[in-house]
Amino acid sequence: MSPADRKYTREHEWIKVEDAATNRALVGITEYAQDQLGDVVYFDLPQAGVSVRAMQKMGEVESVKAVSDLYSPVSGQVIEVNSGLIDHPEMVNEDPFEKGWIMRVTMSDATEMDRLMSPEDYEAYIAGL
Amino acid sequence: MNLETALHPNHLALGARMVPFGGWDMPVQYSSILAEVKAVRTGAGLFDVSHMGRLYISGRRAADFLDWVLTGSASTLQIGRARYCMICNEAGGVIDDTIFYRLAGDRFLLVPNAGNRIEVVDWFQRWIDDRFTGGCNIDDQTRETGLIAVQGPDSPRILDGLCQMNDGQPLSALRFFTWAEGRFQGKTVFLGRTGYTGEDGFEMVVRSCDAPAIWNALIGQGITPCGLGARDVLRLEAALPLHGHEIDQNTSPVEAGLERFVRAEGDYIGAPVLRQQQESGTPRKLVGLTVPGRSAPRAGYPILFQGEIIGHITSGTYSPTLDTSIAMGYVLVRHAAVGGTVDVDIRGRSAPARIVPLPFYSRTSQLRTSQLRTRRSRQS
Repeated sequence: MSPADRKYTREHEWIKVEDAATNRALVGITEYAQDQLGDVVYFDLPQAGVSVRAMQKMGEVESVKAVSDLYSPVSGQVIEVNSGLIDHPEMVNEDPFEKGWIMRVTMSDATEMDRLMSPEDYEAYIAGL
Repeated sequence: MNLETALHPNHLALGARMVPFGGWDMPVQYSSILAEVKAVRTGAGLFDVSHMGRLYISGRRAADFLDWVLTGSASTLQIGRARYCMICNEAGGVIDDTIFYRLAGDRFLLVPNAGNRIEVVDWFQRWIDDRFTGGCNIDDQTRETGLIAVQGPDSPRILDGLCQMNDGQPLSALRFFTWAEGRFQGKTVFLGRTGYTGEDGFEMVVRSCDAPAIWNALIGQGITPCGLGARDVLRLEAALPLHGHEIDQNTSPVEAGLERFVRAEGDYIGAPVLRQQQESGTPRKLVGLTVPGRSAPRAGYPILFQGEIIGHITSGTYSPTLDTSIAMGYVLVRHAAVGGTVDVDIRGRSAPARIVPLPFYSRTSQLRTSQLRTRRSRQS
């Protein structure tokens, strides 16, 4: 269920390398995360240009019933955030792995990816929650 | 180990997400809270509220006893009617809020909150032993019965097709805050035109063994099953208090804006304190707040005026019906005037909030607003 072309955090974010030459990657939250949150109504996201650090808080996602912190899977600089989520936060419920992506980053250290979970490890991890 | 209602297997079969609530394992949502709220505002929603208590109070002194433990009058309530009020302690704090129905001259049904049922029974028994020995008794039928709510504008039409009152009248003839006995596809039901959503609707006390068949018949009519998540949004839009949030043992009905459910005359528990508060006012008051946008102030967040904390949020949510964030909270009385502006500290971020009249949503004013919109759009 978790796409094979990316890696996963214990906080239920995913990261997918778009261009290895420039260290460009896309970040979002998983199917499990959106299902646990329920109807998402609001995102508080970083602005383009700001620096994020691996496993540090980068923003918040708010559903009708809960608020949850968002963590950046890697260190780097935000290139853009998914502006479509401002008016249509429900996109993250409908399509968390594609249309509901959250931000695009330039990684400062691609080896940080090695610390993240493979799709198989992540599936095993959520099965145990 | 949490208690399970007679409908627990039905919830699991519908794929509900279950959560512990008030000592029970209850559905928080089936599909989506937003979809469930919309169903109740525009069609009909189905709720299992069997976790709430069913206490039957009977005996020749039942009305006298309830007059003593409730802020609302039992002895003046006509048979066939229902009333909402508080159960207060001696300090005027709210032990619980409740709807009670007068079944007969000497018999009442009282519906306390799930998490307060045991405490209410103990509190009542203490006062029966102390002042009403042999005059009345409490029969807790919570486990032997179920409570099913059908709420929303379509609920009279849907129930009319399935259910009749014993006097032969259709269910839609039942007036607001009255009850009747009836038959639901041959099964005995107790019907109250009451609810906790701000919409028209009914609450049905049924035998536990009949609950699954009645539930399935309603699901078969296409009514949307709704969980506690939707119920909380709906009650908050209608500004109905939730015990443990807007009211508790340290909160009085006077500061909670519930004075109309507190009787001015008569001797009852908490009355001297409540009268004193009505006369001289309270330091704080419950207000309604709207915050532009969709990020909601939540319970416990500080409310500020010019940088100083003047109170705290008791409940807050994004309101899908009004498409803005709404909240209730206590503020110092000098900041409680409708129209004032304050700030809410949303996890370190300051958000401007406006103090607005309650309720946020009422089905009658909503009708007026939509008529007004239609008229305006015709003019333009």
